[in-house]
Amino acid sequence: MTGAPRVSGWVIACSFLAAFLLGGLPLPSGLERFRPDWVAMVLIYWSMALPHRVGIGVGWVVGLLLDVGRGALLGQHALAFAAVAYLTCQTYRRIRVAPVWQQTFSILVFLLLEQILVFWISGVIGYPPRDWWYLAPAVGGMVCWPLVFIILRDVRRYFQVN
Amino acid sequence: MAALTPSKRIEYLFTVNPTAILQLGFWVTLSIVMMTVDHRYQYLNGVRDVLGTVVYPFQYLMQLPTHTKGWVEQNLAGRGTLLEENARLREKQIFLNAQLQKLTTLEAENRRLRSLLESTVNTPEKMLIAELLAVDFDPYRHHILLNRGRQHSVYVGQPVLDQQGIIGQISHVDPFSSTAILVTDANHALPIQINRTGVRTLALGTGNFQELKLLHVPNNEDVKVGDLLVTSGLGGRFPRGYPVATVTKFEPGSPFANIIAKPVAQLDRIREVMLLENAPPDEKPAATPVPSTPPAPTPALVPRRHS
Repeated sequence: MTGAPRVSGWVIACSFLAAFLLGGLPLPSGLERFRPDWVAMVLIYWSMALPHRVGIGVGWVVGLLLDVGRGALLGQHALAFAAVAYLTCQTYRRIRVAPVWQQTFSILVFLLLEQILVFWISGVIGYPPRDWWYLAPAVGGMVCWPLVFIILRDVRRYFQVN
Repeated sequence: MAALTPSKRIEYLFTVNPTAILQLGFWVTLSIVMMTVDHRYQYLNGVRDVLGTVVYPFQYLMQLPTHTKGWVEQNLAGRGTLLEENARLREKQIFLNAQLQKLTTLEAENRRLRSLLESTVNTPEKMLIAELLAVDFDPYRHHILLNRGRQHSVYVGQPVLDQQGIIGQISHVDPFSSTAILVTDANHALPIQINRTGVRTLALGTGNFQELKLLHVPNNEDVKVGDLLVTSGLGGRFPRGYPVATVTKFEPGSPFANIIAKPVAQLDRIREVMLLENAPPDEKPAATPVPSTPPAPTPALVPRRHS
């Protein structure tokens, strides 16, 4: 039943990588503001599905790499992702059993928290958000969650990641 | 972490991880320490360099869809379109060449006059073309990632231009890539001069790609909508005389006039930029991205490097 741990690790890493690359996909300018934070969503999925493998530490490392990749302050996304992974790990038992459309509301809260943390830190170092649009990616993420969930679930079942 | 045995998995389903809050505390503390150090000191630049080299191939991959789109568009363009574009470019080339002829004589004359005045002679600047790799995810921070780095002797403080004018300066250099901060970034200030009158001031970024704010200009100063702003060369980072923006709004205010200018370069549509090599890399200016020269109230009497 169980896939080799090494294969599972690669599958998880590749899903994060794919999420990072998705961030560079050109979008129509109207949708640009709603571009979801794919990496955060993949992190939420894995820490919900496999909390014993992907947890706060993994979230932090992924966030740190993202900080380097996006040229943010070192630790900015790391902090936000650690917090999101913590919340997911504490609540996954309740969220995991809910239908996907109900999950989207929890996802919205997590993504909002992530955005607020990231932009709060930006504000501290002198780049305060000028309007409320910075929360739009969380809404985009909420809308895209069913898609991410179904794809990653199928990937997890196909490769028997656990 | 290895896969768990079934009994262990069931146990995981029902127990709460008792150390989770401790873990969170540890990672959050670590993040805060790292952010503080990264923001205030340079110690983490090595870490960033190493991780940056790891991440670079993926950053390159990330912009591939955009580049592929451009490539496909180029290759599928019809013959008619290409011919048309060719004709247009040729026309422009002739036009520019004509202007250039005039410029050569003017430059020679200028140099002669300068040598008469015994002031410093403008050295011809070297250009390096760089391509845009990524734009900062944070919409309020105007930073861009370029595909040239220390390998290509890019240095912190190097002016970045596009074909229309100044767009920013290099704020951080990695081995294979570098980050530039745009003139419209809320933390950027640029010493400029109004081309028509020579009034000197600072152009402050606002966080909006279309707006720069001019500082400390008195209400009675001769500024008109449409005036071209060029770099003044003060501060020693940017060479003198490159176009930056045009004034779009002039409103008397208190104590100074409210002046808004629009950058001449299309900052939200950058693909390729030029890095200007105006100082030899050993004369690197300080690492702060904001040039701290206040606008001089009187014309500078000391000859400057780029004046």
